[in-house]
Amino acid sequence: MISISNASKWYGDFQVLNDCTTHVSKGEVVVVCGPSGSGKSTLIKCVNGLESIDKGKIMVDGDVVNDKKTNLNILRSKIGMVFQSFELFPHMSALDNVILGQIKVLKRSEDEARARAHDLMAQVGLSEHAGKYPAQLSGGQQQRVAIARGLAMDPIALLFDEPTSALDPEMINDVLDVMVNLAQDGMTMMVVTHEMGFAQKVAHRVVFMDEGCIVEDAPTDQFFQAQGSERAQQFLSKILTH
Amino acid sequence: MNYNWDWGILFREPYLGWLADGLFWTVSLSLCAWIIAFSLGSVLGIMRTSSSRILRFIGTTYVELFRNIPLLVQLFLWYFVFPELLPDDAGRWVKREMPMPALSTAIVAIGLYTASRVCEQVRSGIDAVGTGQRNAAKAIGMTERQVYQHVLLPNAFRIIIPPLTSEFLTIFKNSSLALTIGVVELTAMTRQIEEYTFQGFEAFTAATVIYSVVTFSVMFLMRIVERRVQVPGMISAR
Repeated sequence: MISISNASKWYGDFQVLNDCTTHVSKGEVVVVCGPSGSGKSTLIKCVNGLESIDKGKIMVDGDVVNDKKTNLNILRSKIGMVFQSFELFPHMSALDNVILGQIKVLKRSEDEARARAHDLMAQVGLSEHAGKYPAQLSGGQQQRVAIARGLAMDPIALLFDEPTSALDPEMINDVLDVMVNLAQDGMTMMVVTHEMGFAQKVAHRVVFMDEGCIVEDAPTDQFFQAQGSERAQQFLSKILTH
Repeated sequence: MNYNWDWGILFREPYLGWLADGLFWTVSLSLCAWIIAFSLGSVLGIMRTSSSRILRFIGTTYVELFRNIPLLVQLFLWYFVFPELLPDDAGRWVKREMPMPALSTAIVAIGLYTASRVCEQVRSGIDAVGTGQRNAAKAIGMTERQVYQHVLLPNAFRIIIPPLTSEFLTIFKNSSLALTIGVVELTAMTRQIEEYTFQGFEAFTAATVIYSVVTFSVMFLMRIVERRVQVPGMISAR
């Protein structure tokens, strides 16, 4: 479904991505973790072309993302993305946030889009907040609306860029619950996160990055059973102690 | 000081009528110039933030050119120099035959100049909305046009209502420069009253009050507009 082959990227002289190769198969949940500045957010943004790569190849559903001939708008409409800072459109109600793409991009009818949006708001547990504006919702609620907005496009895969990093501890679980449900329903997901509990629960594979390189790419069990690289173990020992 | 105060002059004909005429031309000139400034400035602001290098270049060049030449010089260039550069017929048309040549020239000159300033406001508004919003809109598959239409511009224009108001007030006050090329707007009328009656204090006091009343009304109106379009839950200035 998603395959990244030898992707490299530079910001001036600084190399953010160094020969990264990995893949996400249909129905698979892959967690990408690593210290800050390791390039994980950049990598996930390259998957739907929000960032470009300088070398290598990224394919999504048979299309080459870094090919000029690929229509990125069509490709992006097939992959949902959830951001660290939610990025709901502040001038629209939660429901309209979920409706917008359906009407403007998928050309659904107003009624159909509205019905679908109501279903999705129920799915993320926010039916009673549908009419509120983003500024009237808590962070956890906003992030769940953002997930609903992504789902409204009936995506073939969902990308999560640190979806819980900007949230208060007590709201993190609301968001993770929604994500766990999606994973268990068989959604293809690529998730940049530090939530190792989530990784252990639903991830099929864990990719560990450091300094732009993919240091480790292992099945979840193996990753957590202390067989991997020294750097990954060091990272894990630091974030799992508390 | 030996001065014969006569406030009554302001309410006597023809002087009252002159002030009214002056105000009419000042407002007309400002509004017409604002239409040019706002529409062209918005387009240029969008160009300066677009993904196309050519559009960004055009926008930047325009701003640097028009923002860095004094408005008075630009007025003179459009009125005295520009027609000479045209073929004879066209030049004559611009100088004399087009409807109200001085006023039209002033509208265009002040409008084009202010467009460069509006452009910068629009650009900073779009930048303030942020890359995150742009990415989120792109991520659901919207075209660049849709991203601007449905996400960036509605938020950017809300953010820049206060600086745009101030830009309109500036255009209103700058309109007085048009008297240098012979537009008989409010300031010109005031000077004319002084020349006819020697009651300069009264005349200029009247002009001051009229300018102030208009600017305060505009500010008041824009506050209402700002509150009207305010997004629920967002904190705004009062």
